[in-house]
Amino acid sequence: MTALLELIGVSKRFPLGRRRMFSKVPPAHVHAVDDVSLGVAPGETVGLVGESGCGKSTLVRLITRLLDVTDGTISFDRREISDVPAKLFARDVDRTHIQMVFQDAGESINPRFTATDAIADPLRRLLRLKGAALQSRVEEAALQCGLPLELLGRFPHQLSGGQRARVGIARAIGTRPRLLVLDEPTAALDVSVQVTVLKLLQQLKVELGLSYIFVSHDLNVVRLLCDRVVVMYLGRIVEQGPAQAVFDAPLHPYTRSLIAAVPRLDGARSDVPRLTGEPRSPVDPDPNACRFHGRCPVGEDRCGTAMPALREFAGERFAACHLAG
Amino acid sequence: MSAAQTSTFAHARYVLGENPVTLIAALLFAGYAAMAVLGPAIAPYDPLASDTMRALQAPTWAHVFGTDQLGRDILSRVIVAARVDLGIALASVVLVFAAGGLAGLAAGFFGGWVDAVVGRIADTIMAFPLFVLAMGIVAALGNTIPNIVLATAIINFPLYARVARAETMTRREAGFVDAARLSGHRDGALLVLQVLPNIMPIMVVQMSLTMGYAILNAAGLSFIGLGVRPPTAEWGIMVAEGAGFIVSGEWWIALFPGATLMLAVFCFNLLGDGLRDIADPRRRT
Repeated sequence: MTALLELIGVSKRFPLGRRRMFSKVPPAHVHAVDDVSLGVAPGETVGLVGESGCGKSTLVRLITRLLDVTDGTISFDRREISDVPAKLFARDVDRTHIQMVFQDAGESINPRFTATDAIADPLRRLLRLKGAALQSRVEEAALQCGLPLELLGRFPHQLSGGQRARVGIARAIGTRPRLLVLDEPTAALDVSVQVTVLKLLQQLKVELGLSYIFVSHDLNVVRLLCDRVVVMYLGRIVEQGPAQAVFDAPLHPYTRSLIAAVPRLDGARSDVPRLTGEPRSPVDPDPNACRFHGRCPVGEDRCGTAMPALREFAGERFAACHLAG
Repeated sequence: MSAAQTSTFAHARYVLGENPVTLIAALLFAGYAAMAVLGPAIAPYDPLASDTMRALQAPTWAHVFGTDQLGRDILSRVIVAARVDLGIALASVVLVFAAGGLAGLAAGFFGGWVDAVVGRIADTIMAFPLFVLAMGIVAALGNTIPNIVLATAIINFPLYARVARAETMTRREAGFVDAARLSGHRDGALLVLQVLPNIMPIMVVQMSLTMGYAILNAAGLSFIGLGVRPPTAEWGIMVAEGAGFIVSGEWWIALFPGATLMLAVFCFNLLGDGLRDIADPRRRT
């Protein structure tokens, strides 16, 4: 099985400020994404979880080629796409194949565009469709997303949250992409609407043969929808593996705490210690210490002197912890 | 397309009906536009024909606004002057909209050195008393109409650049900008096709407001003798010529062109508010 999307050693570092004139000290860097390797197989849904500031959004922007990588390579369908500058990727052949559904559908639709304009925009720019062909593709995408055609003439502010989300999805699937990045697609929606949107996404995946990268804070949704899950902490992958296995028996202490923090209806509290405090600073972190060191409930001295590598465990699972297994 | 246009017209009618002040401004604007377009055709007399026998006549039915010191009909001169004054103002506003708007758009979007260059140019212009700067430009380049247009555009540049920059900056990080990139827009197309339509309402308001200011500026330059030259009919010159006669009781020479000028500025200011309501789709119901 060859991966549709493959990331090898991908890093993104942002300089903090500019290098001062005459200064010999290079500026500090925020290590937003650090040495991330992962693959997405055709038809697979990979969940990406982690707390705010763990580098999920940066990783998403790297994968969707809105940002350039600092190190590492991103390949799509065995073609290296990370060497195409982000500025030029707008005209790249694979632009049609990697699309994205944004977190806040209302904000991601140009307020001056009607639903038709929004859905037609990528078709016009990327596929060069015009006239009747364009119109029929727009309507097809709208119907696939359960968007009534009579709403197509409306502006985003005239649509409900759920309708806006459907416009956002219709826009993303219009060019018939192969990989769809879903950046918390339901975070801005009412709970009642979340379910229908998630069902729609699940249905589209089967109908159109899509692969998903699903970014979410909602671990219950990730457990339900995702084949595999990738857990990030401070820019690095700390654990990845089949979703069911990871949720049932997390290997990394961070994953354990994350899963234990999911509220449960029966009110039962798990005995896993709650995490306190904040993650360490992402600015030039110590390369010889585990990123979780200091906040980790089970850490030892060696965690502060050696960065744990991502090791393979039984059942196609990986975890970056000295103490795992 | 035609459906969209119809809805814009319907919306414009709704806005005008809702807001009588805008309606008044629109009617005034129509009047000024007619004066500017038809000009000499609707003026009752030749604006340049002097007749010393009829000099300094107070308003009568024959000469509704009276006559000036050379016996020229003031009403005719006021009407014919509209084309000169509004033409200068419109040309300068269009020029500064294109130059200042695009500079501000680029500055707000790209930041970095583009922002620094545009920002410093705007600061340099703002460091001068603006009317004095306009006087200096016209005096240095020679008082021709293109130079008045240029001077008026230059002194308005910081206003446009800053408004466009600020409005662009608030939208640079918006989700629809990323979405447009995913839709295959590169920076240039993104700026013009996606960001510009979003800042247009505020820019249109800005244009209407500065239109009034540009008229004042053009008339002001002429008033002090640095703009259009006599005997051309122009509101600023007419006020300047009439000013000396107010003391001796011939008030109409300065009053009518002055009032016309004031109403024009007033009209464009009010129109700015109305246009914003029409241009902003969020106001549509």
